[in-house]
Parts: sequence; C-alpha cells; structure tokens
Amino acid sequence: MSGRPETKPPEADEERGAPPSASGPPSEAAGLRAMLWPRANRAQLVVGLLCLLLGFAAVAQVKSTKADTGFVTARQDELVGILSDLSRRSERLRGDIRDLEGTKASLERDGQGETALEEARERAHTYGLLAGTLPAVGPGITLDITDPSRRVRADVLLDTLQELRDAGAEVIQVNDVRIGVDSHFLDSPGGGVEVDGRRLQAPYRFVAIGDPHTLATALNIPGGVMKTLMGAGANGSITQHQRISVSAVRS
Amino acid sequence: MIALIGLVAGVLLGLLLQPTVPLWLQPYLPIAIVAALDAMFGGLRARLEGIFDEKVFVVSFLSNTIIAALIVFLGDQLGVGSQLSTGVVVVLGIRIFSNVAAIRRKLFKA
Repeated sequence: MSGRPETKPPEADEERGAPPSASGPPSEAAGLRAMLWPRANRAQLVVGLLCLLLGFAAVAQVKSTKADTGFVTARQDELVGILSDLSRRSERLRGDIRDLEGTKASLERDGQGETALEEARERAHTYGLLAGTLPAVGPGITLDITDPSRRVRADVLLDTLQELRDAGAEVIQVNDVRIGVDSHFLDSPGGGVEVDGRRLQAPYRFVAIGDPHTLATALNIPGGVMKTLMGAGANGSITQHQRISVSAVRS
Repeated sequence: MIALIGLVAGVLLGLLLQPTVPLWLQPYLPIAIVAALDAMFGGLRARLEGIFDEKVFVVSFLSNTIIAALIVFLGDQLGVGSQLSTGVVVVLGIRIFSNVAAIRRKLFKA
C-alpha cells in the first residue's frame, strides 16, 4: 500500500479546537482527527462508495449464510447423495399416493362395502403378523447357533433379536417360539435360555422374515452379533432364503 | 470519515433491503468480502501512516476482490475450489492480521 504522501493542512486541526490527547503525541491525534473529518472530494466519495458496497455485500452474505441450510458448503458427492435420497423418498411417497388414490377410488365405486371389508381384512392380517398371532411366509434368513461350550446366555440372544429388528425383520421366531413385542429372554438355572416362559436348549434357530441381504449384512457387521457369538465360543451360520415360513404363533 | 459513513450506510442498506445473493455470485462473494476487508485495513493502516492514496486504495480494493474471486473461479474449474479458497482466506487473514497489528502499534504504541 504505497503512494504519494497525503497532504493535509495542519491548521485544520487547530480550527476544530479539540485538545490533543494526553497519551499520544499531537501529530497522532491530529492524524486521527484528520482521518475522521469529512473531506468531500471525488476520490473520497469513491472510497466511501466502495466501503458502502463492502458493508452491503457483507450484510447480504451474512444473511444468506444464515438462511441457507448448509447446501452451499456441502461437497458435490454429498449433494448427489442428498438429491438421490430425496428423489427416492418422493418416488416412494408418490407410490403411496397412487396406492391410496386407488383405494379411495375403489371405496367410492363400491356400494356394498366389499373393498372396505377387503381393506379391513388386509389390515387385520398385517396386525396379526406384527402381533404374532398369524403364521407368515416371505423372504428371510435363518440363523443357526450351535453352542458346544454352553456359553450363549440370554443377553446374546436378545442382542441378536434386536439386531434383526433393527435391520427390518418383520416376523421372528426362535426355535418354536414366536417373538412378539413383549418377548423376554431369561437365563435358565439348569442351562439353556427361557424365552417367554419356554425353556430352549442349544442349538438355537432364528427364523426372520425381512430383506435377506440386509439382515445377513446386519448380523455380519464387524463387532456385531456373529463376532460376539464367536467370542462366546458358539458358532452361527446364516442362510438366506427367498421364501421361508414362520409357523409358530403366539396365543 | 466518508468511508466510515459509507460502511455504516452499506450495512444499514443491507439490513433494510434484505438482499439475496444471486446464485452465480454465491461461491465468490465471501472470498471477495474477505479480500475487500484486507484492502480496507490496508487503507486504514496507510492512512495512519500518512501515505494513504485514494487511487491506490480504489485500485487495490477492486483488484483484490476481483483476483480473489478469479482464483476461486479458477479453482472451481480445476476441481480444487474449496482448497484454493481456504488458501486465499489464509493468506488474506494473515494480511489482515499484520495490517491490524500495524494499526494497533500506530494507535496505541503497543
């Protein structure tokens, strides 16, 4: 920042009559005062205009930074991920709209309540599956746990069950016990595990209906269920099925 | 003084008009603002040292902002936009710090 020295009339400071500040030498105070004193020539106006522009731009930028939700700073691949998530979601929602509109149309068409009955039956079936009162068939996996050293306790089985639920398993059966929302696991005093009051002995067999690949992946994650089983000296084997049936029901 | 009035007026205008930054300007405006800040502090320092020149200020202000925006633009084209903007911000930040340090020394003798 070099340039020719500023010419400033020293008498201008005297006219304003401000006393020189006690701390600095008079020339400093005079410099400050001269700087703050408006001198309207064209160059000063241009400087002022540029500063106006700077203030305006800064405020505009601050406002837009506050307004946006972080998309500006997101990387390109993140944006692509967000976009594909959104389009997948909107696709799904559009499918839902189509289904619901179809239902609505058929409800309107039918006077005898045939469609309504069908809907109700379908809903009852869904609830029955969730509550465990109906047998179910669908794609899924079986997980066979052999436990030669008898060290698989109730908590390991519970972890396995939760992992399956997290991975989206809809219907689950352990040996011949259908799992419901209030199922519990207890260590049985004489060895084995008590599930909902029924004593089970190894080998344990989980049958879970859900996306087979997702379920298998969830069980196989590092440090997950399979590793825990291995650590307990047990052996788990997962088989994926395109069609598997859960026949046990809860009363 | 006019510069200060201009700055305050700009901030007030911005608050009153609630401008939105146009999309094509969005990647470059933050960097340009930092560059302009650097020019402003440089100008203030020169003013305190008694070597301020309006022409130098105007030219450095404009060239700083334009070059900063150009570098970011070039970086975006080359695919290193974020790294390059980080570099520009670091350099400008160092310059702002040294300018403010000089101003401080001039004003407070410390």
